[in-house]
Amino acid sequence: MKSHVWRPLYIVLGVIVLVMLAKAILVPKDFGIGERGYMYGWHRKGNEADWKAVKVKYKTMDYCKECHQDKYDDLRQSPHAAIQCENCHGPALDHPDDPPTLTIDRHRDLCIRCHARLPYNGSGRGAIRGITPETHHPEAECVLCHYPHNPKLEAKR
Amino acid sequence: MIDRRDFCKKALLIAGGMAIPLSALELFDPKRLLAEKNDPSPTRWAFLVDTHKCVGCGFCVKACKIENEIPYDANVTRTWVERYIVARDGKTYIDSPKGGRDGFTTPKIDQGVEHQTEVRNEDIEKAFFVPKLCNQCDNPPCVQVCPVGATYQTADGVVLVDRSWCIGCGYCIMGCPYGVRFFHPVYHVAEKCNFCYHRISKGMKTACVDACPFGARRIGNLKNPNDPVTKVIMTERVGVLKEEYGTKPQVFYVGLSREVK
Amino acid sequence: MVHGEAWTIKEFFCYPNEYIYWTIQIVMYPFMTGLVAGAFVLSSLYHVFGVKQLKEIARFSLVFSFALLPVAMMPLMLHLQQPQRGIEVMMTPHFTSAIAAFGIVFTTYALIVASEIWFVYRAYFVETATTLGEKRERGLWEGILYLIYRILIMGAWDISHEAREKDEKAVKILAGIGIPVACFLHGYAGFIFGSVKANALWMTPLMPVIFICSAVVSGIALCIVTYTVTMELRKMISARKRQQKPWLPSTDELKSAEVQVVTMTSKYLLMFLVLAITLEILDLVFRGYTALKSWDILRSVIYDKDFFKIFVLQYGCGNALPFVLLLLPRLSLKRVVFCSLLVLMGVFMMRWNVVIGGQAFSSSFAGFMEYRLPIWPETMELFKEGLFGAMFVAITPFVLFFGITRILPVFNLKDSH
Ligand code: SF4
Ligand code: SF4
Repeated sequence: MKSHVWRPLYIVLGVIVLVMLAKAILVPKDFGIGERGYMYGWHRKGNEADWKAVKVKYKTMDYCKECHQDKYDDLRQSPHAAIQCENCHGPALDHPDDPPTLTIDRHRDLCIRCHARLPYNGSGRGAIRGITPETHHPEAECVLCHYPHNPKLEAKR
Repeated sequence: MIDRRDFCKKALLIAGGMAIPLSALELFDPKRLLAEKNDPSPTRWAFLVDTHKCVGCGFCVKACKIENEIPYDANVTRTWVERYIVARDGKTYIDSPKGGRDGFTTPKIDQGVEHQTEVRNEDIEKAFFVPKLCNQCDNPPCVQVCPVGATYQTADGVVLVDRSWCIGCGYCIMGCPYGVRFFHPVYHVAEKCNFCYHRISKGMKTACVDACPFGARRIGNLKNPNDPVTKVIMTERVGVLKEEYGTKPQVFYVGLSREVK
Repeated sequence: MVHGEAWTIKEFFCYPNEYIYWTIQIVMYPFMTGLVAGAFVLSSLYHVFGVKQLKEIARFSLVFSFALLPVAMMPLMLHLQQPQRGIEVMMTPHFTSAIAAFGIVFTTYALIVASEIWFVYRAYFVETATTLGEKRERGLWEGILYLIYRILIMGAWDISHEAREKDEKAVKILAGIGIPVACFLHGYAGFIFGSVKANALWMTPLMPVIFICSAVVSGIALCIVTYTVTMELRKMISARKRQQKPWLPSTDELKSAEVQVVTMTSKYLLMFLVLAITLEILDLVFRGYTALKSWDILRSVIYDKDFFKIFVLQYGCGNALPFVLLLLPRLSLKRVVFCSLLVLMGVFMMRWNVVIGGQAFSSSFAGFMEYRLPIWPETMELFKEGLFGAMFVAITPFVLFFGITRILPVFNLKDSH
C-alpha cells in the first residue's frame, strides 16, 4: 500500500540511522557495563587506568628516610614522631631531581594548626599543649625557640 | 481513508520503528550480567574516621589538595574538616573555613556572609572535629543519576569520574546528600574524593591518611577479615552519615554525635 | 573562581563545596519546556477533542510550540559545563538517570510535532508551490520559497480529496499521540527534580504532576498573549490595507472572532490553574503536617527567606489574582491578557522557587545559600548563567516564530484544520 502518509516516517528512520552511525563512531570501544552493573558500573573501562596513572606527590617518610636518616631518627625519638616530613616540607614529588630543594616552611601558621589552644574536650585537641597565638610572641617564628624535629629539647639548636 | 486494519498495521510498524533505537542501547548483555554475579574483586575499600582523635590540624586537607591537584586557593576541596561547638544553651555552631585547609587556629567561628561569632570557653558544653570525605557509597546516588555514564563505581567500590566523558550537568552534585562533589575549577567537570585511587591501587595509603599525625583517618579492605580497619568496623560501635538516604556509606565513624550533619 | 562562587552567598554552615550549581538556566529549562508542552496541548484540544472554538488558535499554538522546541534545549546547553559533549546523552545514555532519556523523548516529541505540522500544511505547500511553479518569473525570495516548499513536500503532491482526508486523520492521530508525549516530556522535567532524594524540597512524587499542570497553564497563557498581540498587529495592518482593498475582513470582524477565541481559551486556563494550585497547596500542607527532619529548614526557607517570592509573587500575584480576575463577569480582552501575563509570571516564579529555592538551604540543614542573579556579563560564565543569558533564551522563540511563519503562515488560510 503506497501512501504519502508514510513520508515523515522516512525522516524518522533517517534520524535513527544517523544516531546509530554517530554511536558507532563516537562511543569509545571500551565503553560498557562494568562489574557494578548497569546502574553503577556503566562507564569507559579505560578511565580506571587513567586514574591509576595520576602521579603520586606525597611519598611518605619511608622515601625521605632513604637519604635523610639522621633527621628521620631525630624525629622518631620525639613527640612529633607521627608527623610526616612532607606535612611541613611539602610533597617530595621527584626530589632530589625535581625539585632539587624542598621549601622549609618556618611560618607560625604551621605550628599553630595544632598548638593554638582550643580547649575542646570532645577531641584530642584539648590535650595538646597550646598557646594563644595573639599573645605568645606574635612577632617571632616558633622555630626560633623550639626545635621542631624534637620539641622536647627546648631551643636545642 | 484508513480503516481499522490498516491502522493496526501501521501502529505495529510505528512501535517496531521505535523499538529499533531501544535495541541499540544494549541494556542487557547476558555475558556481562553473568560476570557481575560472581564477584570478581578481592577488594572493597572502606574508610574509618575516629573523631575523638581528630584535632583539626587540617594537614589532611592540605595534602589532599596538593596530591589531587585541586587549585590550592580555590574554595572547593575533596575532603574537609568540620568543627562542632555545642554551647551550654543548646545551640550548635558549625564551621569549616576553607574546608579546614589551614587548620583551626582561633576560637572564632565562621558563620558565612563575613561574620564570625565566638563561644566563650566556659560556655562550651562539648566541641570536636569531624573530617569528611566521599563515602564511596555502596548505592551511590550520584552514579545513579549521571545521564551519560561519566561517573561510575569500580569493582573495588570506589566511585570515579571520567574527566573526558563528563558533560558537566551537575546532576551528580545535586544527587549527593553529603555535598561532596563540585566542579573542578580547571577541568570544568565533576570532581570528588576517590580515596586517592592512584595511591591505594599501588598499595599505598591515601594522602590524607598518611598526612594525619593522630591516626584519625584510616583506610582498609572490607573483604579482608584480618585487616585492622575491617576488624574495628566489624567488632566495634561505628556509625555512618545520613543513613536515612539509603546510600550505604562506606566511610565509618567512631564517636559520631547527634549534632553531626 | 570556582563555578558557583560568583553568585552564591552562604550563611551559617554550608558544606565547603556547596554552591548554587543550578541557576537561572535551569529555571528557564522547565519554564520553556512547559510552554512547549502547554502550547501543544492547547492545539490538541482542537485537533483531538474537536473543540471547535479553538480552531483559530490551534494552528497558531501548534506552530508556536514548534518554534519553542529548540529553545527548550538552549538553557540546557547554556548550563552544561561541557556543552560540546551534550550529544553523549544520545550516545551512551544511562537510563537510571532522569536526564538520560531527555534526548530520546525530546527527539520523539520534535518529530511528532514536525510531522503534525507537515500534515496540516501539506496541502498549503502543494498549492503554493504549484502557483509559484506556474509563475514564469520568480523573484529571489519567491525562488527560495519555491525551493523550500518543494523540499518540504517530499514528493507528496497528491492533494485530492482522499489524500487530504488522510492528512486529517494523520493529524488527529499525531495530536493524540502528542498529548501524552508532551505531558511526558514535561512531567519528566518534574521527575528530574522530584527524584533527587538528596534535596528535601524537590523530593516529592507530586513534582511531575505539578510540573505538567503548571506547564499547561503557562503554555496556554503564552499562547493567549502572543495570539492577541499578533492579532492586534494584524488589525493595524489590515486597517491600513483595507483602504486599498476593501474586501478584506474588517477590523470588527477580526475583533469579535478574537474575543471569542481568547475568552474560550481562558476557560481552559482557569481549569488547569485550579488543578495546579490545588496540587501545590497539597504538597505544602503535607510537608508541614508530616514535618520530617528537613521541615525545620524548609519552613524557614518557605515562610521566612522566600516568603515574598512564594506567597506574594507566586501564589498571590501569579495565581490568586488572575484567578479572581478571570472569574469576574464581563471578561474583556485586556483583562485576559493581563491575567495571562500574571499567570506567566507566576509560573516562572514557581520554577524559580523550586529550582533556586531548593538550593536555598544547605544539605547540612544548618545553613542557607542565597542566589544573586549576575546582571552584567563580564565573563562568558556570567553571561550564560545570568540575566542576559536568560533574556537570550526568552527572546529566541519569538524570533524563531517570526522566521517560521514566513514559511508556515498561521492566519488567513482558506481551509484546513
Ligand atoms: S558520598 Fe556523595 S559523591 Fe560519594 S559516593 Fe556517596 S553520593 Fe557519591
Ligand atoms: S556532572 Fe558529569 S559526572 Fe556528574 S552527572 Fe553530569 S555528566 Fe555525570
